[in-house]
Amino acid sequence: MSLRLTAINICKSYNGKPVLKDCSVSFDSAGIYILMGPNGSGKSTFLRICALLENPDEGKINYFSDIPIIPPLSRGELKRGVFSENNILKRDIELKRRITLLLPRVGVFNTTVFKNAAYGLKIRGMGHDEIEKKVNTVLEFVGLSHKKNHNALTLSSGETQRLGIARAMVIEPEALFLDEPTASVDQENTEIIENIILNMKGKNGSTVIIATHDISQAERLAGRVLIMQDGKIVETSF
Amino acid sequence: MGGDRGEGGKFIMDSITEGFRRAFSLIFTLDIELLKIIFLSLKVSGTALLIATATGLSLGAFVGLKRFPLRGIIISLMNTFMGLPPVVVGLFLYLILSRSGPFGFMGLLYTPSAMVIAQSILAFPIVASLSHSAIVNVDPIIKQASMTLGATPFQVTLNIMREARYGIMSGIIAALGRVMAEVGAILIVGGNIAGYTRVMTTTIALETDKGNFELAIALGIILLLLSLTINMTLHLVQRRGMVKINI
Repeated sequence: MSLRLTAINICKSYNGKPVLKDCSVSFDSAGIYILMGPNGSGKSTFLRICALLENPDEGKINYFSDIPIIPPLSRGELKRGVFSENNILKRDIELKRRITLLLPRVGVFNTTVFKNAAYGLKIRGMGHDEIEKKVNTVLEFVGLSHKKNHNALTLSSGETQRLGIARAMVIEPEALFLDEPTASVDQENTEIIENIILNMKGKNGSTVIIATHDISQAERLAGRVLIMQDGKIVETSF
Repeated sequence: MGGDRGEGGKFIMDSITEGFRRAFSLIFTLDIELLKIIFLSLKVSGTALLIATATGLSLGAFVGLKRFPLRGIIISLMNTFMGLPPVVVGLFLYLILSRSGPFGFMGLLYTPSAMVIAQSILAFPIVASLSHSAIVNVDPIIKQASMTLGATPFQVTLNIMREARYGIMSGIIAALGRVMAEVGAILIVGGNIAGYTRVMTTTIALETDKGNFELAIALGIILLLLSLTINMTLHLVQRRGMVKINI
């Protein structure tokens, strides 16, 4: 079960300064992709656009799936790409609910670890018992079961990052984007998070795209690599 | 002269002591008049608070979450109106509701409804302004995180308001404190009619004028206890909102 996506001629500028220049790439099978590049090369912006959190100035993102996108995109939307709307919040929520992006700063809610992890399921209207079962499983997976009743704001930065991963994983996204998932954590937590990502790969066949500037991490995660530089995709290994 | 002043002072002290004695007697015997006054005060202020919360929170959330022209002016007005002088509100409401005023036909003047309107007007900017502050102070990452997890625009708004809940509750409690202690506006539009529009604060003002201290002191004690309860609740709410971060 995975979503495949194609980015076509994506351009983006902030205050007249180009950040992405004509980026095109096709993620056409499930697995781990590593988006490599130095800081400021445009990785985060590219991920945000792929994850439908931002609009490109030019170009479009097309999503494909074995399971139809419900409700199906209109002919107009297909023609223009899914970025036909000016406002991200108006975009097709059904598609958005099949993907998720873990931001570099997780943004935990001022409530318990359990309720943080349960948020994505709750807004999808899932029943209490099922939420409890799924959240307990995912908290066990990221090693936060013992802290499920703690306020999430009291977690260390490594634990916060693991909670962010749990919160994203629990909704079982078909495309998962991770923006520098280990940038603000220590070596021990980096290893834990990398193991979670590698185990996650085995658990379901989703498309996982990870932005990182750490070459050794890219090697450890052993994914297909794209290299970005100065807002352009300069090399792909697939 | 000195002796006169001494005797006068002794008389006042005796009156106050007697006032306290009889006040406690009224409280402990659950005097029916006292209870009616307290009940009406709570009813008027409670209703006003409900109206102010529904309207003020909606405005605070709208101004806090949306960008639109004249937004800055609305924020300035909300902040300015937090300090509205109650007698001025009472005066304007009196002019509007009096027989010759534009809403005179509704016959609301000197009714508890007029008092509710007056207190709602006073509480509304407090709820609106403090809710707005609480909402704009929520970290923008919360909005983005909610969106990445698939929240609809309405769910994003609810989540931001949930994050601002302690600030919003502080605003509501602060507004309650203001309306419970208010006397100027409700005296003008309510008229202080015994058994109909007489509430705690207006009774205290009237009975003090008449020199009947016992009822005034009894109500004063109850008002102080209510004020203390409101402030302690506010303190507890604010303390709950502060999470100890041990990174």
